[in-house]
Amino acid sequence: MSTLLELTNITKTYPGVVANENISLSVNKGEIVALLGENGAGKSTLVKAVFGLVRPDSGEIRIKGDLIAAGDTAAAINHGVGMVHQHFQLVPVMSVTENIILGDEPRRGIFIDKKKAREEVVALSQRYGLEVDPDAIVEDLPVGMQQRIEILKALRKDVDLLILDEPTAVLTPQEIEELLGVIKNLASTGVGVLFITHKLREVMAVADRVVVLRNGKTAGATTPQETNEEGLAQLMVGRNVVLQVDKSDAVKQGIVLSIRDLQANDDRKHTAVDGFSLDVHAGEIMGIAGVEGNGQRELVEAICGMRPRLMGSVLVDGQETPDMAPHKVHRMGISHIPEDREKHGLVASYSIEDNLVLNQFDQPPFANGWIRNATALEQNATNLVENFDIRTPSIKTTAGALSGGNKQKVVVARELSQNTKVVVAAQPTRGVDVGSIEFIHKQLVSARDNGAAVLLVSAELDEILSLSDRIAVMFGGKIVAILDGKDADRAKIGRMMAGLAS
Amino acid sequence: MKYLRSWLLPAIALLVAFAVGALMMKIQGANPFVAYKSLFTSAFGSSAGIAKTLGKATPLIISGLAVTICLRAGLFNIGVQGQLLAGALASAWAGYAIKGLPTIIHLPLALLFGVFFGALTGIIAGALKAFRGVHEVITTIMLNSIVLQLGEYLAYGPFKEPGQQLARTPEVLNSAKIPQIFGMPLGFFLGVALAVIAWWVFKTTTSGFRMETVGRNKSAAWYAGISVKRSILISMFVGGALAGLGGAIETLGVVGRYEPAFNGGIGFDGITIALLGRANPLAVIPGSILFGGMRGAGASMQFTAGVSPDIIDLILAIVLFLVTAPLIGKMIKSIRDTEQITTGGWGN
Amino acid sequence: MRSRWLMFAITFIAILYFYMRDSLVTTSVIGTAITFGLPLAMAAMVGIMCERTGIVNIGIEGTLLVSSFVGFFTASASGNLILGLISAVAMGAISGLLLSLLAVTWKMDQIIAGTIINILATGLTSFFYKQGHTIPSTFPEVDIPGLSSIPFFGPVLFMHGPLTYTGIILIFVLWVALYKTPWGLRSRAVGEHPSSADTAGVSVIKLRYLNVAIAGAFGGLAGAYLTLELVGSWDRGFSAGKGFTALALMIFGRWNPIGALGAAIFFGTAQAVTNQLMITQVVTIPQQFTNMLPYVLTILILAISAGKVRAPAAEGQPYEKEQA
Repeated sequence: MSTLLELTNITKTYPGVVANENISLSVNKGEIVALLGENGAGKSTLVKAVFGLVRPDSGEIRIKGDLIAAGDTAAAINHGVGMVHQHFQLVPVMSVTENIILGDEPRRGIFIDKKKAREEVVALSQRYGLEVDPDAIVEDLPVGMQQRIEILKALRKDVDLLILDEPTAVLTPQEIEELLGVIKNLASTGVGVLFITHKLREVMAVADRVVVLRNGKTAGATTPQETNEEGLAQLMVGRNVVLQVDKSDAVKQGIVLSIRDLQANDDRKHTAVDGFSLDVHAGEIMGIAGVEGNGQRELVEAICGMRPRLMGSVLVDGQETPDMAPHKVHRMGISHIPEDREKHGLVASYSIEDNLVLNQFDQPPFANGWIRNATALEQNATNLVENFDIRTPSIKTTAGALSGGNKQKVVVARELSQNTKVVVAAQPTRGVDVGSIEFIHKQLVSARDNGAAVLLVSAELDEILSLSDRIAVMFGGKIVAILDGKDADRAKIGRMMAGLAS
Repeated sequence: MKYLRSWLLPAIALLVAFAVGALMMKIQGANPFVAYKSLFTSAFGSSAGIAKTLGKATPLIISGLAVTICLRAGLFNIGVQGQLLAGALASAWAGYAIKGLPTIIHLPLALLFGVFFGALTGIIAGALKAFRGVHEVITTIMLNSIVLQLGEYLAYGPFKEPGQQLARTPEVLNSAKIPQIFGMPLGFFLGVALAVIAWWVFKTTTSGFRMETVGRNKSAAWYAGISVKRSILISMFVGGALAGLGGAIETLGVVGRYEPAFNGGIGFDGITIALLGRANPLAVIPGSILFGGMRGAGASMQFTAGVSPDIIDLILAIVLFLVTAPLIGKMIKSIRDTEQITTGGWGN
Repeated sequence: MRSRWLMFAITFIAILYFYMRDSLVTTSVIGTAITFGLPLAMAAMVGIMCERTGIVNIGIEGTLLVSSFVGFFTASASGNLILGLISAVAMGAISGLLLSLLAVTWKMDQIIAGTIINILATGLTSFFYKQGHTIPSTFPEVDIPGLSSIPFFGPVLFMHGPLTYTGIILIFVLWVALYKTPWGLRSRAVGEHPSSADTAGVSVIKLRYLNVAIAGAFGGLAGAYLTLELVGSWDRGFSAGKGFTALALMIFGRWNPIGALGAAIFFGTAQAVTNQLMITQVVTIPQQFTNMLPYVLTILILAISAGKVRAPAAEGQPYEKEQA
């Protein structure tokens, strides 16, 4: 039986959204099939259905010819399916070994055979060349290492079909190359691979076939031989995609944001930001390039007053901003589009109206002293919804009901509509559909053109390259290089992101 | 449509609970119809009955309101019973121990004592939560028992009415008693006014918005510049103050002194009423009238049908269970977006 | 960590000191400490089993109340203590299943679900309570031959009732099971990061139901112990806040069965010592302040430890498969 996986007419709807509509797909032995699509196209939903994490409304799932019931993870596992998930499925407080053996523990009587478990993990890591420390606690490990554990976990049992959901999100360009090599090797031994990504580069490098999803439907199927990156992008979005943002030259003015020798720890009390210094001018977009896990999140939080600054200072227009007082920092002119919009950016059960004034609710005109001004709120919301293209039935709709892209637009609308000197945008287009991505990019450029200093922190190198006037590469908690946007060379930056000298 | 839904559910739950109660009564050999009839006529059938109902409802409104306000701020204050007792005790003392004042000073003063000590009890739990992260469920319940024991000690000891075998404080002076208006208890209308004020504060003021935001998303609230600690402290203070006021009103308006056997279940009924009302201040009003009626008329059920008033405990427990259970589970996707009641885990 | 070793050291030295001064009294006090502390420890096990698997259970009080009630009245009606025991354990398991229904299937807020169980328990037991019933006797003390003659440890550990022994043994069994068996690993994973367990093929729902039901049975055993071995009767408000104190002990013991047992015994010792002081009239405090002691202690314990602890990460959140 050479067809490992056969999906026929899979349909899955969520309230208000059709995630998958009549999608059919197959993967054969030794084949690498790439599943391509933009954020929200339905790729994750589809493969989760295979693994039993999502129950399709209709359609058939056949693994090695056997019909698999919806939601039956155990059956998928028993049929030789392994999955590497986009969001790691690891237990943070447990060790590497415990995580890998979970669900199929080697036993001695009724107890777990800890010795055998450890041996197994060591053997596994050697076999695939992915070095891990079996006794380390997962949450202490850097993100790249956690990805390796996630991959090892999937490869532990002899899998016939390996599903990878955005496996390269937190890897350096070099690690990505290595992983792609491992995948090619597996395929050559007869393992079938279903590989989800939105990175066109990877698809062209490694796939035998490509299936493109758009808005929940199959937009097309092709092979790397028959197409190129532009062709794939067109299939993904359905129209001519401008892969570069249209922007005029920056008109740089004086320094507005000044970060000096900043030091901060991560949640595990290890140094994350290690003597970081940078100046950003009004009227420019400064992009911070770097693989996630090099202190970017902590940097942003320290700048915005959300994380204690152990040393160093952050100045706006020459004035020092206070530590651990996000609201005061905001008032001094730093707007922040937070990385975790659900946690810091929005109150999901509040209306769009209320969310749009979340950090200025007690300021005129939204409040006269103690009493809130309903008319002003409504006016503000109506304006912003229109200007920022927020798709919603009404301004009273709860923010939680919006799509990811529209939620982000609410946050962007709120932050960019206030007269700000500095905009700190952290992963501003993560989990956002392409249409909204374009919109948000335009808004950032327009903020720059209006004289703001924009600090863009993103794990998507393409985003940095297309938006930034200057690029600072961050590695190990500090800046290792600053280049002009025009001189940016992908390979060079990739090496710097990995800590190698250019 | 939403309003219809929010009335329909408790109404159905009530019917089902009454049916179950009827079944229990049948098992015991009593006649449910006689029992229920006397229950309702006694509670609502005469002006004396209504006055009693409203009188019973008064502390219920106020304690239900206390729990509601705390729920909105994300806290589950189940210590209203203790806060209420603290207020009752303090106001009883102020009522009998402070002599020689005219009513116009004495009464508000005594009430204030009640408010203050209730608030004090509440804020102990609030401070423990705000500064040490201790979950309010445990601390408030512990405080309930501590206040109860303290009250008993004082009623048997230093505050004891001289020459009496029973443990209780002396009767409060006339200058501290709450008068009735047209035979209706004044306290009830005060309770209604407070409920309306609370509703208005949450709807239109910045303070209400702050508290509510903390209740819904602490991280976002902190990020927006709202002091989470301050919200916790204020809501427990206000909750305790209200509960204390309820206890004071009950003491100065109805009982006239502090007795250890005082009003066992008011605080817990308050919790039930707040949950039934889904943390909406206005919903506390009808809820407390219903509970007040049933509690007040319990004795009449015993008298006419031989049914123990304990059955009301059972009926109310079943109502709560039905209202907060299955339908909410299904509606939770839609309701959660609009009227969230969640209380979170331990250290958060 | 250091402060806990300090505590143990102080306790150890204190016991040694008092034993030197008056071995008889010290032995009896510590023995009583175990008797008082054990039901709390068992109730804490209920909390641990539930929370480790991700379910916050504040309905332990209700479980204690309703299972002790059922145990007592069954024993009274049938004249058979064993029957009472079995019915109490069964009732405990049923209350656990009810919590699972509310929290796991209906995905209610778990603290509200626990409160509902408490209110239901109070309502049901109040309504069906009848005065004047008695049970033939309580579970008798069983002295373990040989071991019970060891000085100090003999009377303290080996001269208790059968339910006490069962309770202590089960606590150790739970500890071993939680940390050394596949069941334990999976249960903990479910409480920390349920989707990891799910994607490894473990059924989160089934495991939660199972664990909460077993936990409930544990609670039933505690209830049976209270009424059939310790006290010998039942009255309204029988559980008197023990279910909540148990939660504090669980937190103080860092969700570890042995830790909670230690905390419970410490708690029991405080009570036993106070009792002793009252009896010998060394200190005369009004009864009510002694009564207050457990509650004040609970608050103190939490104030000291609560803020810094790490609860199982996924507790309190209903598991929805489609979030992975």
